[in-house]
Amino acid sequence: MAEFLIETIGLPVWLSWTAIAGLSAFLILNVIAGGALVFIWAERKIAARIQDRLGPTRTGGRFGWLQSLADGIKLLAKEDLMPDGADALLFRIAPYVSFCASFCAFIALPFAFDVVGQRLNVGVFFVVAVLGLEVFGVILAGYASASKWSLFGAMREAAQVVSYEVPLGMCVVVPVMLAGSMDLVTIGEKQAGWASNWFIFHDPFTFIIFWVYYTCALASVNRAPFDLAEAESELVAGFHTEYSGLRWSFFFMAEYGSMFLVSALAAILFLGGWNGPVPVSKLLGLSDGMAVNAPYALRLLGCVNLFLKAAVGVFVMMWIRWTLPRLRIDQVMTTCLKYCTPIAAAMFVGVMLWQLFLPGGLVPGSFQNAAGVREGWLEQSGSEESVNKDSLSGITPSRRIAEVSR
Amino acid sequence: MNHEALSVLASLFPFLDWHGFFFLLFAGVACVAAVMVVLSDNVVRMALHLVLSLGATAGLFFLAGAEFVGAMQLMIYVGGTLVLLVFGVMLTAQTQLVALRTPAGDRVIAGILAAALLAVLVQAAFSIDSWQKAGQGVATAPTATPLGMALVGVRVDQVADENLVRPKSGYLLPFEIVSVHLLVVLVGAAYLARAKRRRVPRPVDLVASADSVKPGSPVAASSTLVAGGSE
Repeated sequence: MAEFLIETIGLPVWLSWTAIAGLSAFLILNVIAGGALVFIWAERKIAARIQDRLGPTRTGGRFGWLQSLADGIKLLAKEDLMPDGADALLFRIAPYVSFCASFCAFIALPFAFDVVGQRLNVGVFFVVAVLGLEVFGVILAGYASASKWSLFGAMREAAQVVSYEVPLGMCVVVPVMLAGSMDLVTIGEKQAGWASNWFIFHDPFTFIIFWVYYTCALASVNRAPFDLAEAESELVAGFHTEYSGLRWSFFFMAEYGSMFLVSALAAILFLGGWNGPVPVSKLLGLSDGMAVNAPYALRLLGCVNLFLKAAVGVFVMMWIRWTLPRLRIDQVMTTCLKYCTPIAAAMFVGVMLWQLFLPGGLVPGSFQNAAGVREGWLEQSGSEESVNKDSLSGITPSRRIAEVSR
Repeated sequence: MNHEALSVLASLFPFLDWHGFFFLLFAGVACVAAVMVVLSDNVVRMALHLVLSLGATAGLFFLAGAEFVGAMQLMIYVGGTLVLLVFGVMLTAQTQLVALRTPAGDRVIAGILAAALLAVLVQAAFSIDSWQKAGQGVATAPTATPLGMALVGVRVDQVADENLVRPKSGYLLPFEIVSVHLLVVLVGAAYLARAKRRRVPRPVDLVASADSVKPGSPVAASSTLVAGGSE
């Protein structure tokens, strides 16, 4: 897009890059903030439904749909309190550290083909790495609050996140292995076509590992039944006991942002990303099924697809939260070390063997040929496929080697 | 000389060159934060400054187009090391917000060591010819694939060379040796650090045995449950 501004409109280089960067940041910020507004309202309604109540009904006319906005105004008007013994600087910046980590991870998250803040060659890796940094804000908050409840909450969160990063990493590696790339855009494009092309239906092992991923993601974003860091029946409110007003709401923006992020990541890694279950545009003849050549309207449709899938993931998180009781800390650790990690490791080996012996599926030819987007190093292929490969992975081996040697 | 001065000025003036601006920003943050790590006497503040410094270094890697190394820096150094550091602080600090005081002698020794290391590094960095020219160009479409291929034994950057009949062997063996070594260290650490089993029978076991109830009766079952649950 920046190239478009430079070449067509003739803006200076620095101005066009600034404009595009600002636009991307603005859009991502709105996804997080708007998502938080919608999801907080949804959480209230879902919780009410599960507990046989009505939830908010009056704010904004019907369904209480303006409830989150009213909450936001209330939070803005609240007094900003800080405990006497607190470390003022760390106490102040802790919510922003959490929020920044959540925001940074969104930069590399594609919402549709090439609708991404910054397309990274190591997108999956980057998202998982940055998501792990969110815990640092929580630890800072717990430590700087000078309160035992906060410290307990922060310690639990640290232990939990550090443990669950191991099985989470193993689960994430499986789609990377199947797609042959760590680029999230490539992984999503590999699942184009019918729903049977989605990685969750690739083989029995990926079907199991999807649920392991979801469990670990639930734990890593600190949601019930893994919400020990803010267990209100034991720790008052855990790491954010001493927070109020806008700072408190930043923690919640970060939490809902991360929920949406891990759900969107699940959708991209396992559930076909921005591709619908039925390749409608291809069947109607609107496109040739290749996202590279798809018009921008179809990419927008892809965004809607991804948002729907991620919203379903967030909904299931809420459903679980209001259904299951909270685990004890030893049960949390047992779930991670005795169940999630070994299952993930075994499934990883299983997927590897499946790829080795049954690359075409149980019935040969039962998988449709997905878009030829594998990053093909050292692989000579037909002309048509290599054209798409060029445009998707950006650069071909020979060109790359030529540039390196130059 | 005028040309050099101009290029320095251009890199200082942000609106001409974002690349130079971000380089200066990240490098400045990394250096200032690194100095702050040494100067502050609060352990958690030190951790925060270390996060800033290492994060800015990751930013430099991203700026140079080495995305994989940048993400690695975030994952291993910023994430792992600091979580471990905070764990260490929390498990060892006797009072909250503990302050560290360094003796003056230690400061002198550390200063000498740091200055020596800095001198060696600066000397080494400026002795490389290709690093002395500015603007080698931003790397286009960086990819981690050659790294991965090299790890499993295929050096893709060597294939294009006509003189080489087959690709060089890559880093498979060193990689395997290092990973097995790390695994051994991990198992050893877990063995050394694990909690020792209790020898003294707990009250609940004594009660259970003193009751001399038949196995399988509700009381025995519940006491086993309690004993098992607290393990």
